[in-house]
Amino acid sequence: MINDLKHKLLYSKKVAPYIFILPFIVSFSVFYFYPLLSSINMSFQKVLPGDVTYVGLDNYQRLLNSADFFTSIWVTAKYTFWTIVVLIPLPLILAVFLNTKNLPGRNLFRSSLFIPILTSTIVGGIIFRFIFAESESSIANSIISIFGFESLKWRFTPNTGMFMMVLLASWRWMGVNLLYFLAGLQNIPKDLYESADIDGASPFAKFRFITIPMLKPVTMYVLTISIYGGFKMFEESYVYWQSALPGNIGLTLFRYLYLKAFQEFNLGYGAAISMMILLMVIAINFIQLYLTGAFKKN
Amino acid sequence: MSHSYSKIKIALLVTLFALLTFIFLFPIYALILGSFKPVKELFRSGLNLSLEFDLFTLENYAAMTTKKGLRYFIWFKNSLIITAVQTFLTLFFSSVVGYGLAVYNFKGRNLCFILVLITLMIPTEALLLPLYKLMIDLHLINTYAGVILPVIVLPFAIFFFRQYALSLPTELIEAARVDGCTEYGIFFRIMVPMMTPAYGAMAILVGLFSWNNLLWPMIILNSSKSYTLPIGLVALISPYGNNMALLLSGSILAVIPVLIIYLFMQRYFIEGLTSGSVKG
Repeated sequence: MINDLKHKLLYSKKVAPYIFILPFIVSFSVFYFYPLLSSINMSFQKVLPGDVTYVGLDNYQRLLNSADFFTSIWVTAKYTFWTIVVLIPLPLILAVFLNTKNLPGRNLFRSSLFIPILTSTIVGGIIFRFIFAESESSIANSIISIFGFESLKWRFTPNTGMFMMVLLASWRWMGVNLLYFLAGLQNIPKDLYESADIDGASPFAKFRFITIPMLKPVTMYVLTISIYGGFKMFEESYVYWQSALPGNIGLTLFRYLYLKAFQEFNLGYGAAISMMILLMVIAINFIQLYLTGAFKKN
Repeated sequence: MSHSYSKIKIALLVTLFALLTFIFLFPIYALILGSFKPVKELFRSGLNLSLEFDLFTLENYAAMTTKKGLRYFIWFKNSLIITAVQTFLTLFFSSVVGYGLAVYNFKGRNLCFILVLITLMIPTEALLLPLYKLMIDLHLINTYAGVILPVIVLPFAIFFFRQYALSLPTELIEAARVDGCTEYGIFFRIMVPMMTPAYGAMAILVGLFSWNNLLWPMIILNSSKSYTLPIGLVALISPYGNNMALLLSGSILAVIPVLIIYLFMQRYFIEGLTSGSVKG
């Protein structure tokens, strides 16, 4: 009887939807909501093995007085800025070129530019470490010597270090962003260009007044994922510098969190960093929703 | 915007893209060549494109069979298991939830969808530390489950499957109900086969992410026996280059499974990696 009832209940059309969404409810509660609460709690604690004391706002105070924390925000912002500068205009222009009807080898070029994303950031970083080695005979140093420059210690000066991180990300993601823009180009109605042709518009005018505006949704999307990617960047830095960060090169927000929480085991302080990261993500989201006009619609 | 150009412009474009292709594939080519060169030679002249066949050697690959090198295959096995299990579970659970949100009208649906969107906007990376503490409490450090569990209900995949399921014909569902099919039967027997393209794209996205992921696995897996490939490879990097042979051959071997799958499933790779554009 009871089994029969259970069976009926489980299989009823009213209950089924809740069974379907159950995995999310469980996962959300256990792996999202609970950690969120425990992180808030932990950020007010000093956590030593077997000894937890509440220290009020101490962690936050120390965090806001820490030069390294602001360095990490600055490094993250710079990295994000440069990846956006490279990874939006370049793939957009390449997509327009690649979209030429009678261009031989289109698919081959498209696939080749896509290959780097198949390697992990780690493998890519290992290769780049060799290419940009300090020795005079490394590939990068031989190339710049052709132009009369002295050998550089690529991984050990701030600007070249930033260059190497942005280059690694750009190398891997160029092909993917190119595909986004190619897909966007294919969605632009052809008659727009045809009527522009009738009006005698120059190729540049068509690019400026048809292509760019019509690609705005794709561009906004690529911008969004670039901001997220930049914000949580960790691997591009870790593959170049595992423990020592000479002069804080590559000290991104997540490097700083990893350093404090998992390398120095400063859990309370780490939780405070997590909360600040969370606040920043929420702020970025609000700015973005505001700019895209999501608030006006509702 | 497909347009045609004159012959000169085409020649210029082909040159440009040929050059770009060379630049983009150059690092991979250099790594492959380097993996066949003696470590001593690499120390002397670095990674380069010279094809000195008489120098070619398999000693970097032979390094894998040494006692130290055999660890690599443990990492490889760990990576394979974690990637396979994580991909399967993520696809299953996320598609179940996405489907539920798409086809049913029930109390709390909007709230649930808003929660999905919130978790989509605020990535779990921000919760690494409390998640790590939770995994300690659950005794899941150095286990596959510890790596996999927190991400098997993936908001992005839920969103993707919901969008996909919204486009499926609802008449089929009604017809199946009339035939006496249960709600779960409808999902498994009718909807799952219809969502094959969505599964393909997400399998590539989740699989690639899992295979290449570093930060979370590195936090959970701290004994060398439980490392995945990215953790192991990073651990091999040292300023003295004493693991260089293994680092080179190991990097190649880590990319090969991805390349093989790419060759056979190029379409799903492209759909998976650009799946964000279904947004809206």
